[in-house]
Amino acid sequence: MAGDLAFFYVFAAVAVGTSLLVIGQRNPIYSVLLLIASFGALAGLYVLLDAPFVAVTQIIVYAGAIMVLFLFVVMLLNAPREEPIDPERLVEPQGARWFGALLAVFLLVELGWAVARGSRALFGRASFDSVRVEQLSSVRFIGTVLYSDYAFAFEVTSILILVAMVGAVLLARRHEKEV
Amino acid sequence: MATLNDYLVLSAVLFTIGAAGVFLRRNLITILLAVEIMLNAVNLTFVAFGRFHGSVDGQIIVFFVMTVAAAEAAVGLAIVIAMFRHRGTLNPEAFKTLKW
Repeated sequence: MAGDLAFFYVFAAVAVGTSLLVIGQRNPIYSVLLLIASFGALAGLYVLLDAPFVAVTQIIVYAGAIMVLFLFVVMLLNAPREEPIDPERLVEPQGARWFGALLAVFLLVELGWAVARGSRALFGRASFDSVRVEQLSSVRFIGTVLYSDYAFAFEVTSILILVAMVGAVLLARRHEKEV
Repeated sequence: MATLNDYLVLSAVLFTIGAAGVFLRRNLITILLAVEIMLNAVNLTFVAFGRFHGSVDGQIIVFFVMTVAAAEAAVGLAIVIAMFRHRGTLNPEAFKTLKW
């Protein structure tokens, strides 16, 4: 199983590296393309986690549909590059800066504490018996649970999509009087 | 085999990158992308917990998160288009009418 660990580190490195590049870019079009690479690495991690259906959905829905939507908008708006920061804005109140730094350090300590505290008995456990794992990666089982236990949430989701669709059309509509 | 702790650390790192992106970038589209990074970090946590607790619920919640992400992207990008049409820029500094 040493190969699994190697794959984990490769995918994790790609995901972190491309995510860092996403927020390090001034040109949004490169950010979108790098984020697609990041989602690809995450899909690999889902395969390692015995969730092939989530991995495929990640590629089709996220990398396929949502990112194409982003790419479309970036190109529609002619991708204005981000302007360098105005030097006058850098003179901000010292108190706010210290408060932000304090919050960041606090969050870091909190996260480190939570991760270090996680008991090895629970978090260190590598796997379950093969029957459960087989069930976890079976699309049939996911579908059964989704359409029985989560049927109501599933139906509500369709209403959410409808509302989002109407909202998007309404917001992006060009008003006659403005033109 | 990577442990649950490894996945949680990776997820925390990704979430931090996303949060930093929201605060550091001054481009509305990149800010939305950073939000997507955060959503994916949370998705990874759900799937990892589900896998290591032998439950399929984590994967199902990920589908719901993906639907919400799709709705968020559609509405968010529509708002971005409307704002760009209004001010001709994507810099969030330009939108401060409500700022006191």
